[in-house]
Formats: sequence, structure tokens, C-alpha cells
Amino acid sequence: MKILICISNVPDTTTKIRFVNDNKAFDTNGVQWIINPWDELALTRALELKEGSGGKIEKVSVISVGSHGAEPTLRKALAIGADDAIRINAEPKDAYFVASQIAAAIKDEGYDMIIAGIESSDYNGSAVGGMIAELLSIPNVSSVSKIDVEGDNVVLKREIDGGSEVLATQLPFVAIIQKGVALEPRIPSMRGIMMARQKPLKVVEPVETESLTEFVDFSLPPAKAACKMVDPENMKELVNLLHTEAKVL
Amino acid sequence: MSILVYTENWDGKFKKLSYELVSYGKGIADMMGTSLIVISIGDVDQGELKKLGDYGSDKIIEVKNGKLNHLINSAYSSIISQVAEKEGATVVILSNNFTGKALAPRVSVKLKAGLVSGVNAMPSSTDPFIVQKKTFTGKAFANVKINSVNKILTLAQNSYGIKETENKARIESFEPQLSDNDFRTEVKDVKKVTGKVLLTDAEIVVSGGRGMKGPENWGPIEELAGLLGAATACSRPVSDKGWRPHEEHTGQTGKIIAPNLYIAAGISGAIQHLAGVSSSKCIVAINKDHEAPIFEAADYGVIGDVQKVLPDLIEAVKEFKSEN
Ligand SMILES: Cc1cc2nc3c(=O)[nH]c(=O)nc-3n(C[C@H](O)[C@H](O)[C@H](O)COP(=O)(O)OP(=O)(O)OC[C@H]3O[C@@H](n4cnc5c(N)ncnc54)[C@H](O)[C@@H]3O)c2cc1C
Repeated sequence: MKILICISNVPDTTTKIRFVNDNKAFDTNGVQWIINPWDELALTRALELKEGSGGKIEKVSVISVGSHGAEPTLRKALAIGADDAIRINAEPKDAYFVASQIAAAIKDEGYDMIIAGIESSDYNGSAVGGMIAELLSIPNVSSVSKIDVEGDNVVLKREIDGGSEVLATQLPFVAIIQKGVALEPRIPSMRGIMMARQKPLKVVEPVETESLTEFVDFSLPPAKAACKMVDPENMKELVNLLHTEAKVL
Repeated sequence: MSILVYTENWDGKFKKLSYELVSYGKGIADMMGTSLIVISIGDVDQGELKKLGDYGSDKIIEVKNGKLNHLINSAYSSIISQVAEKEGATVVILSNNFTGKALAPRVSVKLKAGLVSGVNAMPSSTDPFIVQKKTFTGKAFANVKINSVNKILTLAQNSYGIKETENKARIESFEPQLSDNDFRTEVKDVKKVTGKVLLTDAEIVVSGGRGMKGPENWGPIEELAGLLGAATACSRPVSDKGWRPHEEHTGQTGKIIAPNLYIAAGISGAIQHLAGVSSSKCIVAINKDHEAPIFEAADYGVIGDVQKVLPDLIEAVKEFKSEN
């Protein structure tokens, strides 16, 4: 069995978000880039599954669509434990563009399980995983919070509004994961970092595809009015404010 | 041309989220001068289906089939695409909840429809088609232009509201073409949480953080939530430690919610936590540290110990309830 994790290279979650170019582009100045938090959990789970599989899972690969600047993030994935990496050499334009690139690059590579995060923490598209599944005409299971491999079968838990379900799926398929698949993301070890330098990182050129959407401009939320402090000895006052001023009670 | 809204049902019933989707679809249909069609998949009785008409749908298409009792992404997205093609729908709208996120990308590829997920307002124009969504997990807004003829949107819950209209919708049924390929996943078991207000549906949310000190101290949070008809939530470390079930985790990597009132008790207000709750219409923070960042996001703040403030707040709410 071969597993592929789709990795999005995103700004660190504490990044102060700013825009340049008349608010038409994200200001990448001074930004620290990280593996999208869900993709990191996906990779962690894939490695756990591989280690517990007694050799049945031969390989865990990672793939990302991005320019040269995305390579440190892929190297980090290799340091965490991925066996090899693919970078598709293009600036991601929209989810359809990214999914088309990944689908084209992997269609003959024989991956059994392709994992994507439920969203990318930058543009919050929630789309790449499902689009890859449709482009490759294979099933997908979304909002997955648990993945187990039992013999030749993959068993998944998926979250639904107000509960959860257990599913079985035919292979190959795409799992779109969220919180729960792994508890804590794995941190690269010193040895892992050394080994990552020798692991294969293949760069492939993009195929011709269109993007269906484009960002016109960005804005920041309006500044919040100062917080009104209420005397901790006077909760009656708080309830009164929530009723008469905020009108939420 | 028409607008198509897909709404799921929960054990044969629709909820506020469904009516909000229909209202939003009606808004776009009016902007584009066209009709609104709503599709429902699964077992829903006629009376319940008719209710969708009260929010502006002209036609309701029902698809019933014993194999469709659980969400199967391939099959559901095939059906939605088939109906969109048959009805000449150029804009398809789903919720940005788990189900919408599961289906919209597949429908987008099938119809070659540019997808904007998590939209939170009416389009600012429909030709060109430009609509606003949140980006950077709530830290910014973006205007996105869709260049394809077909378009697909997922609506952020609680971002538009519901609007009743006078429409009388007619109901039609539809027989989709499905193949074995549409059923390659199988639901083996279902667990439902009962008797609790769902976090994503709640108008009021009472949330606890690490400052609550331990699971044994959650009594006041649950009592306050019960009094207010609210859902309970928590910060990530609280669910990571297993103090609370993980479906209560709100924030960047948990649930993103937009209730009318969010009460944060013993939560520091880390940027990743705020990412999930900053769309709340009103935030109340209770924290003993006056420098906690939660006070920068809050509308009302109480500096004090949760162990003392929460019981006082419960008493004040009880008093308020008895007077109103
Ligand atoms: C990639 C990434 C993703 C993350 N995603 C999320 C997420 O989705 N959601 C999330 O919540 N966090 C997330 N985090 C974690 C986040 O950074 C914070 O660590 C977390 O939100 C802190 O939780 P807390 O406020 O409960 O705890 P703390 O930060 O420990 O704060 C506890 C607060 O309680 C107050 N307090 C203590 N005792 C009392 C008392 N007796 N009375 C009143 N106040 C008291 C303290 O003053 C303090 O402000 C993420 C982090 C990373 C790196």
C-alpha cells in the first residue's frame, strides 16, 4: 500500500495578516511558513500506520504545488518521516488549479490512500481533496477523525453534524481529514533532519490547466470597540447589558 | 437559468441552517432575476418539504432512494450535478458545514464550476460574479471573482439569517442515474449525540478553557448553558487533555462558530482560539488576568475568578429569567 499526503505551505498560525499592492496580495514579508496543521496530522497518522503495518505500507510520500519557496516545508515533511516528496513547480492559483496539478501528477503512480486536510489555513478553501477524488473518479471520505488499516481494509470514522459514522471504502480513495486522526503532530528528530537531506525531492513541471476563480482584493475586519469592563461583584449589571445593550439575551 | 440550493435533512427534518441557505439562494435569484430550486435527498415528508417554500424556493425537487439514507459523497454529488444540468442551474449553493464541504468540491469538478467556500455575504455583483468570503481563518476577508459560467458557493452558517417570503413551492420528484461506482464507500455504524444543543447551531455558547482547572469544575458551565439554552464549548488544550469531548473544541483547528453570544470562561484568547470564535456577535470574557488577550476580542469583560464569577452569573441569569 502506498500513501500520499497533500501538503499546503501556509503562514504560521500566529502571523499578523497584512496585504500589499492595493490590498490585492498577501504580504509575505517576514512570514514563517509551516505545514498546514491538518496536513501535519495526516502525515503523522500515515507514519504511524506505516510503522504498524509490518511492511504492508511500503511508502509515505508528500506532494505540494508551490514554487521553490515551498521546499523547506517539504524538507520538514521528509524530516518528520515521509519517504519522498514531489513539488509541482507552480504558484497555486486556486483549489481547482492545485487539484488538477496533483491529479495529473499522480494518476499513474498507484497511490492507494491520498490524504488531504479539511482546509488550508490561508485561503480556507476546503476543496482540494474532494476535487482530486472527482478528477481521478475515485471515492472520498471527508471530515475524517480516525483512520485504521485492518488487513486490506481501511476503516474510517467521520464526523457529521451531531455525531459520527464508521465507514469502509474501496481503494484507492481520498481521505479528507480533520482533528483527531493523530493526537499531536510529530516533530522532526535530529536524525530525521539529517536524513531528510538525502531523501528524494522530485520537481515536476505543471500541466496546462485553468483556474476558475481569482482573488480580487482583501480587507481586514473593522477594529473592535474597546471591551466594556463589568464589576465582578455585579453580575446583574452584566446580564442587564447583555439584555438591553447587546440585545443577545 | 436558475439557482439551485442543496439542503440536507436531519432525521427527516430541516433546521435553521436549511432556511438560511434557501433565503440566501432567494437573494441571489432575485439579484439575477431568475427562479430558485431546492433539492432534498432522502426521506422527508411533504409537509416538511413545503416549508422550504416559505423562504423563497419556487420548486422543490425530492430524491428518494433506500441507498441514500447516509451521505455517500459520490452519489450525492452526482445527483446534485444531474439536477443542476437538468434545471440549467448556473449557481449551486450548499452549506459550508461538513456535508457541504464533502460535496461541493466534487460538484465543482463535475460542472466545471468555480467554487468559493465559506461565503458570508450576498455577491457584490453577479456580472462579473464577485462574492466575499473569510480567509486566513477569520483574520481577513477576500472578494473572489468566479470566471466560469457555472458557479458554486458554500455559505458560512449564521452569516446571512433567514427571511420569510410568500412563495408557494411545488414539489417534484427526480430519479437520478446512479451506478455502482457511486457507492464505493459504505457506512457501517452511526453514533448520534442526543439531547444536546449542537455547537454549530447554537445562538449562545458557553465555553471553558484551561482556567477552569479540571473537568470536575464544569458544573457551572453546563448549568449556565442549560439556563440559556446554549451549547457548551472549550479551548483546544481542554479537549486535548480529555476534559471535554473533542467535538466541543473551537478555534483554528476545531469548530468555527458564529453565535450571537459567546461566553469564554478561563480562556486566554490565543490567536488560534479567536480564529474560531471572532465572528460571534457578542463576546463575554471572564478571566482573572487583566492582560489576557481575550479582552481585546471581547465586548464585555469580567476580571475575576471563574469559580466565583460563574455562580454569581448563574444567579443573575436565574433572576433575569424569573423577571422576563
Ligand atoms: C497550529 C495550532 C493550532 C491551534 N488551534 C487551536 C484551536 O483550534 N483552538 C484553541 O483553543 N487553541 C488552539 N491552539 C492553541 C492555542 O495557541 C492556545 O494554546 C490555547 O487556545 C489556550 O487555551 P486556553 O485559553 O484554554 O488556556 P491558557 O492559554 O492556559 O489560558 C487559560 C486562561 O485562564 C485564565 N485563568 C486561570 N485560572 C483562572 C481562574 N480561576 N479564573 C479565571 N481565569 C483563570 C488564565 O489567566 C488564562 O488566561 C492552537 C495552537 C497551534 C500552534
